[in-house]
Amino acid sequence: MEFDTITAISTPMGEGAIAIVRISGDDAYQIADSIYRGPGNKRLEDADSHTIHYGHLVNPKTEETVEEVMVSIMKGPKTFTREDVVEINCHGGIVSVNRVLQLVLSRGARLAEPGEFTKRAFLNGRIDLSQAEAVMDLIRAKTDKAMNVALGQMEGRLSQLIRRLRQEILQTLAQVEVNIDYPEYDDVEEMTHRLFLEKAYFVKTEIEKILNTSEQGKILRDGLSTVIIGRPNVGKSSLLNSLVHENKAIVTDIPGTTRDVIEEYVNVRGVPLKLVDTAGIRETEDIVERIGVERSRAVLKEADLILLVLNNSAELTHEDELLFEAIEGMDVIVIINKTDLPRKIDLDQVKQIGAKQIVSTSLLEDQGIDDLEEAIASLFFKGSLELGDLTYVSNARHIALLGQALQAIESSIEAIEAGIPIDLVQIDFTKAWELLGEIIGESVQDGLINQLFSQFCLGK
Amino acid sequence: MQYDAGSYDVIVIGAGHAGSEAGLAAARVGAKTLMITINLDMVAFMPCNPSVGGPAKGIVVREIDALGGEMGKNIDKTYIQMRMLNTAKGPAVRALRAQADKFLYQQEMKKTIENEPNLTLLQGMVEELIVEDDVCTGVITKTGAVYRAKTVVITTGTFLRGEIILGDLKYSSGPNNQQPSIRLSEHLQELGFDLVRFKTGTPPRINSHTIDYSKTEIQPGDKEHRAFSYETTKFITDQLPCWLTYTNEETHKIIDDNLHRSPMYSGMIKGTGPRYCPSIEDKIVRFNDKPRHQIFLEPEGRNTQEVYVQGLSTSLPEEVQHKILRSIPGLEKSEMMRAGYAIEYDSIVPTQLWPTLETKKLKNLYTAGQINGTSGYEEAAGQGLMAGINAGLKAIGKEELILSRADAYIGVLIDDLVTKGTNEPYRLLTSRAEYRLLLRHDNADLRLTEFGHKIGLIKEDRYQSFCLKKAAVEAEKARLQSIFIKPTEQVQQIVTEGGGSELKDGIRASDLLKRPEMSYSHINQLIPSEIELDDDVTEQVEIQIKYEGYIEKSLQQVDRLKKMENKKIPVNIDYDAISGLATEARQKLKQVLPLSIAQASRISGVNPADVSILLVYLEQGKIARVEG
Repeated sequence: MEFDTITAISTPMGEGAIAIVRISGDDAYQIADSIYRGPGNKRLEDADSHTIHYGHLVNPKTEETVEEVMVSIMKGPKTFTREDVVEINCHGGIVSVNRVLQLVLSRGARLAEPGEFTKRAFLNGRIDLSQAEAVMDLIRAKTDKAMNVALGQMEGRLSQLIRRLRQEILQTLAQVEVNIDYPEYDDVEEMTHRLFLEKAYFVKTEIEKILNTSEQGKILRDGLSTVIIGRPNVGKSSLLNSLVHENKAIVTDIPGTTRDVIEEYVNVRGVPLKLVDTAGIRETEDIVERIGVERSRAVLKEADLILLVLNNSAELTHEDELLFEAIEGMDVIVIINKTDLPRKIDLDQVKQIGAKQIVSTSLLEDQGIDDLEEAIASLFFKGSLELGDLTYVSNARHIALLGQALQAIESSIEAIEAGIPIDLVQIDFTKAWELLGEIIGESVQDGLINQLFSQFCLGK
Repeated sequence: MQYDAGSYDVIVIGAGHAGSEAGLAAARVGAKTLMITINLDMVAFMPCNPSVGGPAKGIVVREIDALGGEMGKNIDKTYIQMRMLNTAKGPAVRALRAQADKFLYQQEMKKTIENEPNLTLLQGMVEELIVEDDVCTGVITKTGAVYRAKTVVITTGTFLRGEIILGDLKYSSGPNNQQPSIRLSEHLQELGFDLVRFKTGTPPRINSHTIDYSKTEIQPGDKEHRAFSYETTKFITDQLPCWLTYTNEETHKIIDDNLHRSPMYSGMIKGTGPRYCPSIEDKIVRFNDKPRHQIFLEPEGRNTQEVYVQGLSTSLPEEVQHKILRSIPGLEKSEMMRAGYAIEYDSIVPTQLWPTLETKKLKNLYTAGQINGTSGYEEAAGQGLMAGINAGLKAIGKEELILSRADAYIGVLIDDLVTKGTNEPYRLLTSRAEYRLLLRHDNADLRLTEFGHKIGLIKEDRYQSFCLKKAAVEAEKARLQSIFIKPTEQVQQIVTEGGGSELKDGIRASDLLKRPEMSYSHINQLIPSEIELDDDVTEQVEIQIKYEGYIEKSLQQVDRLKKMENKKIPVNIDYDAISGLATEARQKLKQVLPLSIAQASRISGVNPADVSILLVYLEQGKIARVEG
């Protein structure tokens, strides 16, 4: 096959229970196998074509689980593109699907251009001559549409941010170039490793900031992943019911197709909450025991917000302390329930053990829910953040490009720290600049050389 | 009266840096070649700075040498100083630069041309081309001599309708007051070529006796033996230094006070000048916050007192130039021997060329050097070599040679010119090369000797020694990859002395070499090679192993490029018949006529969607053929 391996999110963006990341090309299987961990160490390479497989995607560097997935594998030529195709079915929602895409990109696939799968289908002879014109129209249309969407998104603050960042990178690049092409000019400061490192860290932080806004995007789209924990009989179910009943559930009881977690969506003062693993709460009431279990820890780790329920009418127990330990460092609201009963709990002790935000409720008497909602809202909007003012990236392609740019910056930082010569370190830095350019559709050509001559006084 | 003066395989018009390479290359590939130049005393003349090489340019000289060209050998015989630049940076940007004895350089090149079998050197001014059915078949000189040829190469430098501008003076002239070539320029326009007007300039020359060197800083050459050519074995040890001084506020005030007399600002100069070679008045205007600018004093040769004042290129009136010079420390009493000047000239829009440097309009006609919109001796020589090779090969019925951007800086240069064109005199910079790490000074022979040998410019004995070197490099790399080094006390000592952290485990010798603190000599100390290896072999081993990761990345990019380059576009493609192309892309494609999808994708204004559509269209044709 004469093409490289490409990938893209193949399902429409936005809310959907499932999203698909498609990989097409010679390395599709190899890439998938490098991140897929199935039952019994099965390898997709060895499986029959046109079959679907349950498993997890992991970050191969750390073996950390990224996503639970179903993977369809299809050997060419009986596929849409006539190449080997792997389709990863993952949870819908921009963040999880993007994580999968990033993972695939990091294994060497290239982000597909708009219409590229169709183009390949044609170039590999799947579509016949009569369809050729249609394919060309499609490419044109998809590109234009992608551009329009991109432009729409790029108006305003975000594009400014990226432009500024690119300019920053460009100035650094120009300085390196000038040191190379005009080594004897003394009025140009030598771009040292230390200076370069400073710049690289600055750019890295900025990209991370922009990427973090995609987390805010996530909050708005996916909901804030929220877990209620506490010993048995402290009122977790009541809390859940109160939250769900007070605030009309957006979606109720979606049994995940690929995992047995039940999620409820509620909207609390503009903060969409996704109440995770509520099934566990309702059915077993044994979360304390399960804290020790790996799986529960994982659920906790993925949570954006923890609601820890304590019993007002009982002293703190060892189990409560264990819970505090398990959620250290996370955003936690401690709920002291059953204020209708005499207080036995020592509030000072609760504070000492790590509770920063405490709300008292009597769920039985319907008291304190307002305070809780207020606490949730202020925790995430910090009182200053207004929804209409949010600048956030949500376009999957942009997030993917930003992620790649970040990776490039990180490799250049690694290289500096390993003492690699600056003109080589610059290779990754340049790549970051090009990737950011792709986001705002700015062409690469001649930018650097123009910068060189406007920034520095050179010549004989 | 016209008369029949004979016929050749190849005629080269001009004998500057492009012409010299073109003539020699054509003759050496086996074509009977004629070189005609306006003044035989100007062969390989350096009208501007007396230096060859530098970043990117120095690598071009190495490439010329690896392909069997002359510039490297010629400068190796005639330098007064040699320096390796960027030694503290990575291997890809190291560059050699020589200060030339410009008189010796000329003499030596002329001698080589005169002694080349198959090559005739003549004085004469070509005024017209003979064109039959859009094919160039010869030239006619001012004196009426008619020379016939299978192919013709034009390398006229800045002579085409050249005009010197000095203060309020403007007169028709080639560089250094040589006779300009006016009729040929008109003739090219009559033939339908698009010409543009470019401008360049040169600084004054001063008498060395009148310089107070004690007020300047010495800039000596390297002590190590350096050479451009892979064949050079004799080195010049008696080197001359250059000297560094600076302009100051007084200089800047003089320039400021006289700006109205500068033809740059009075509007007298209309041609576009290069940004990387601004005049001193330009620097003062554009960067007026700089308190001083560097001035390098470079001897023009061993048997002359003329010193080139680098950094002071100007077209201000002669009288102002005196004042400027005398404001500079060390030059207070300097005598100016030649004034600086600006020169305007015609060059052809290079998108009118194929990547072989043959013109699209007229078959068998090639152009190279400054006429194609470049500046610099090395850029000219690189093009001259390629035009000479291709004109020669075509004349004797062989396949022409195109270097890609991944092969050589020469490939980058020519591709940029014919694909993107240029709106100022074009200079090579390392940043123009996207595969810079592969296009290194040290590996020019590994990249290009095969090409040079295949076309007959690299002789058998040199080729054999090249093959031996290549084998030695591979063998030594394999050796280092196969030996496992244990963390003995000796190893730990060497590692920590270099500033590295101790080894925890055994490690492959090649992996140990990848550590920044380790060099090949360290490794060889631990596991000595049984055979004595040349420095250029061990250098190659070290670079290839140390930077393997980055080199590998670049090679992957090159792979993608090659795939796109293999997707050829037929020359007779009808872009109007392709629906869906954006209007701008269609126009650009029709103008440039790219030979491959790779080249098409580099044209500015042709975006990825257009490239996709083009691909689909080409594929559609293929399917149609199969089905039909």
